[in-house]
Amino acid sequence: MRNVFLFIRRHFNFLFFLVLQIVALSFLFRFNKFHEAVFLNVSTEVTGHFYERYNNIEYYFQLKKTNESLVQENLRLRQLLKENFEAPDSIRRLIHDTLKVDSHTVIKYMLMEAKVVNNTTTQQANYLTIHRGFDQGVRPNMGVTGPQGIVGSVVNVSKNFATIQSMLHYQFRHVAKLKHSNETGTIEWDGMSPLYVTLKNIPKSVRVEKGDTVLTTQLSRIFPANLMVGTIAEIIPDNSSSFYTLKVRTATNFGNIEYVYVIDNLQADEQKMLEDSTRKKIQ
Amino acid sequence: MSELLKNTIRFILFILVQVFILFKMPPLHRFIAPYLYYLFILWLPFSLSRMSITFIGFFFGLCLDYFTKTPGLHAAACTLIAYVRPFVIGLLISQEGADKNYISPSIVSMGWAPYATYVLVLTLLHHSYLVLLQWLTFGSFIFFLGKVIASSAVSLLLVLLTELLFFRKQKFRTNTI
Repeated sequence: MRNVFLFIRRHFNFLFFLVLQIVALSFLFRFNKFHEAVFLNVSTEVTGHFYERYNNIEYYFQLKKTNESLVQENLRLRQLLKENFEAPDSIRRLIHDTLKVDSHTVIKYMLMEAKVVNNTTTQQANYLTIHRGFDQGVRPNMGVTGPQGIVGSVVNVSKNFATIQSMLHYQFRHVAKLKHSNETGTIEWDGMSPLYVTLKNIPKSVRVEKGDTVLTTQLSRIFPANLMVGTIAEIIPDNSSSFYTLKVRTATNFGNIEYVYVIDNLQADEQKMLEDSTRKKIQ
Repeated sequence: MSELLKNTIRFILFILVQVFILFKMPPLHRFIAPYLYYLFILWLPFSLSRMSITFIGFFFGLCLDYFTKTPGLHAAACTLIAYVRPFVIGLLISQEGADKNYISPSIVSMGWAPYATYVLVLTLLHHSYLVLLQWLTFGSFIFFLGKVIASSAVSLLLVLLTELLFFRKQKFRTNTI
């Protein structure tokens, strides 16, 4: 026993170093698995305030670009207005049942706007911080889209802030489809460039061309269908596989995001409960 | 200004510079990740005990980690260089006894060549360990090698600039023992 104590006393510094290393590594690898770690909720709140201060200054330098992207989005929405579509057949008219649209049971997706207070693109694991948290209705696993295209999904929520796993994160995986063939594949990031993501699992039987549009699908629980993901920039040749590897230019410019929309799927819980109970029944 | 106050201010400044300037820079290349924050650990006083220096390294890295949302990544690398630091200093200035006559490692206290070696060794160690941890979950061997070399080169350049811009005057203290 005495020798054990002597050993500990003699190598105390080294043992202390080892303990700290183990603590650090366990933080790191546990966080990667479950998106959670000690004090992260508290620290999100604290670091969020720092980021907000910084953003207050930085925001002014981006005003022009923000304005431009908002104007473009407005333009796109205005073009969808009913007045722009004139029906040649004046006898039959499309009548919207407004009751259904307003009713809470029919509306599926609710959008909440949020200001981005921090954003990185240079790491392998990129996150955004937004100034809207649990108190304002944000929950983990909500989709996040920008004015031009999808941005990522919420992973962690504190009282007034939320962190979003950006599409530029090596663990980001999401289902997406090609616009013209409706073929679905998986979007992921290879860590190379913040301008491009990779679309995989599209079979080679489908015709694919440069410039094809990639959209979200209704198969995803967190995004509504037909949101912009990006356009195909390059078809990477790979003869050994029967699936394409497609380089997709993201629609969102991650360099200058100022505002995003958090998408709340009001029926997500119901769908999840049904799917889970089905899985239980089979087992 | 007392050493404690000076180092507390440095602690905050280094984290803010790393998070709000170096991490915000548009990426030059995927291999290049400019790091400067670990210079805080290199500048800590000689007089700290090995245990406290290891703990400061851990705490400092963890603070940065909460900004980048990677708890443990920088903390592990900082703990390593903070632990190794006394050994490297012991090797490089064992002859002169400068660790008694000066407060902290610098060009003045250690001499030009030993200080450069000290920075080089710890930079390479920090970057290798940091990128190794990233490589375990992601990337290829070329990524590992390229990133260690390119990031170390950029970081060394930043350290050199910092040393030139913020020249630390060091008083020679006699009768310290």
